[in-house]
Amino acid sequence: MQTDEVNLKKRAESAAEKKAAFGEDFELGKFEEGSRVSKPIEDLQTLDEESKRTLFQVGVIPSEEGRSGSLLVLDNAVSHSSLKDKNIELTSTQKALKKYEWLKDYSWKLVAVDTDKYTAKTYLENADGYFVRVPAGKKSSMPVQTCLMLNSKKVYQTVHNIIIVEEGASLDIITGCTSRKGVEEGIHMGISEMYVKKGATLNFTMIHNWAEQIGVRPRTVVHVEEGGTYVSNYICLKPVRSVQMYPTVKLEGKGAVTRLNTIAIAHPGSELDLGSRAIFNAPDTKAELVSRTITIGGRIIARGEMIANSKGAKGHLECKGLVLTDKGSQLAIPILEANVDDVELTHEAAVGKIAKDQVEYLMARGLTEDEAVGMIVRGFLDVGIRGIPEELKNEIENTITQTAFGM
Amino acid sequence: MLKIEDLTVEVNGKILLHDVNLEVKKGYTNVLFGPNGAGKSALMRTIMGFSEYRVVKGRILFNGEDITSLPMDERARRGLGIMMQRPPDMSGIKLRDLIKVVSKGKKDPEALAENLNMNRFLDRDVNVGFSGGEIKRSELLQLAAQNPNLYLLDEPESGVDLVSIEQVGMTIKELLEEGVECPGESCIRGKSALIITHTGQILDYVTTDRGYILCNGTIMCSGNPLKMLEEIKSKGYEECLECKLMK
Ligand SMILES: Nc1ncnc2c1ncn2[C@@H]1O[C@H](COP(=O)(O)OP(=O)(O)OP(=O)(O)O)[C@@H](O)[C@H]1O
Ligand SMILES: [Mg+2]
Repeated sequence: MQTDEVNLKKRAESAAEKKAAFGEDFELGKFEEGSRVSKPIEDLQTLDEESKRTLFQVGVIPSEEGRSGSLLVLDNAVSHSSLKDKNIELTSTQKALKKYEWLKDYSWKLVAVDTDKYTAKTYLENADGYFVRVPAGKKSSMPVQTCLMLNSKKVYQTVHNIIIVEEGASLDIITGCTSRKGVEEGIHMGISEMYVKKGATLNFTMIHNWAEQIGVRPRTVVHVEEGGTYVSNYICLKPVRSVQMYPTVKLEGKGAVTRLNTIAIAHPGSELDLGSRAIFNAPDTKAELVSRTITIGGRIIARGEMIANSKGAKGHLECKGLVLTDKGSQLAIPILEANVDDVELTHEAAVGKIAKDQVEYLMARGLTEDEAVGMIVRGFLDVGIRGIPEELKNEIENTITQTAFGM
Repeated sequence: MLKIEDLTVEVNGKILLHDVNLEVKKGYTNVLFGPNGAGKSALMRTIMGFSEYRVVKGRILFNGEDITSLPMDERARRGLGIMMQRPPDMSGIKLRDLIKVVSKGKKDPEALAENLNMNRFLDRDVNVGFSGGEIKRSELLQLAAQNPNLYLLDEPESGVDLVSIEQVGMTIKELLEEGVECPGESCIRGKSALIITHTGQILDYVTTDRGYILCNGTIMCSGNPLKMLEEIKSKGYEECLECKLMK
């Protein structure tokens, strides 16, 4: 154990300056460490109206109505944690690590500390975050909500989350990542390690809502066992300086299934480098990676990668990108890799402008050009979140309406 | 209601229609005949204002107003509505939502769909994977929601099976008769329409007033639509072509 930690520390230290494989390189030294202490917030409803609105816009309900539990991280401090549903466990990662000796076997086991400077930093800071566990056979009655908020100017935030859904259990979680109004500049680094055990289901929804000079570097790896299902929905519709992520799902048990949906809008000045990767390490595993992105002036790089190492693997990758102005750009990079026979990996990528015949079809029905474009764009994004639970979908649709069209 | 004067239209720099003259009076239902590729759909789409069709000469009058260069949505707002022969797939847009938007929330999609037996299509993406007959019914449903004053119907019956044709025909009849008080000339006639048909089956359901034959990009003649249909059925369009040539 001890030597293990020494080893990890060494590796992390050696990666302290290591640039990430993709995306703008941020000099972390230019930012201050986010505060590790914060006044506990007993009730999210006591927050000021502005903060409540900020939470609401990333799917986090201040009244906690319709939620099993809530956890809020402000800068680097867990400042609120509450739980209604006794079927599940929700606490801070650091508390959980103290409470459970065995959690060591899960912590930093999926994400390598020396992936890049951001993982290294997060490890070396001993970052806190949320820990959610659903015991075998249990189910969260309603979604758990967590919020990671950059609360101060020009700071960096490091977060380490661990989710464990035990055998046959099921969890819906909504994570809203955002910055307090007035916080225009900062760095968010978020490590998430997720375990979906045999026959378990995890529905993970992440909504990003940052500001114009914020850099965002999530690092996520998911481990799915036999018959398990992992569904992710990632939504990013507001301006941000740079998001670069490449969440990876490892399908490690027979028949494991995953679906990753990405919907994003790149505003002028934003660079969104959004990937998703599925690795088929067990027989008859399935993956569907769907990305629907729009640029209204920013740059989008939609990466998708599927690596089939086991027979019977079946995967489909769909990257569709709309370019709504001349200033924006879309780059789709699909990668398919088959290392055994009897696998079926397919992809479909299309980038371009909105189809004129579609716009005119709606205009012939009396919609103005703007209304027509709005409806098409909304439908385009909508396809990216199909197949997710109805209640969640309604909430996301509301978010789309609010953020994308309520500007 | 609709008056087309000396209309010449090009697509991609190529003349498609030339010197077209045609009229649909208020409350009239006129028919447009013509062989494949004659330019019938192009004419309808030009009237509606689709941007690929460039009017190089002549004009389109609607209720006395020159709408030749009016944007499509403005034309729709003034009361033009089209049933397209080949509408695009509208991925992500459910028929139900489109009906709501088009009717400005005034009409219940379920109730409208009932007439056309389209209820199970309301939650499908518009036109995506629709069969030929389903497209016709979906187009008609949208028109019912839109409630135009002039219906441009591009082959409303083609591809529709024998059972559905009854529904389609009756729906069109009802839509066109909206607001009719009595069939006499001096009373209010219903909505106006221009219908493209090859088989003429639709004429079993609606009363028509005037027929036009479009050949080689222009109107060759006009007359009683039922008689014209009979002629076409027995002799094809050969004579029409010659007829013009002899003039
Ligand atoms: N956008 C376009 N670009 C190029 N050619 C076109 C375009 N639209 C129509 N055409 C051509 O113009 C001609 C007339 O087409 P149109 O669709 O109007 O025929 P139609 O009379 O409706 O025939 P049908 O009875 O087969 O429906 C055809 O030769 C067609 O290929
Ligand atoms: Mg046609």
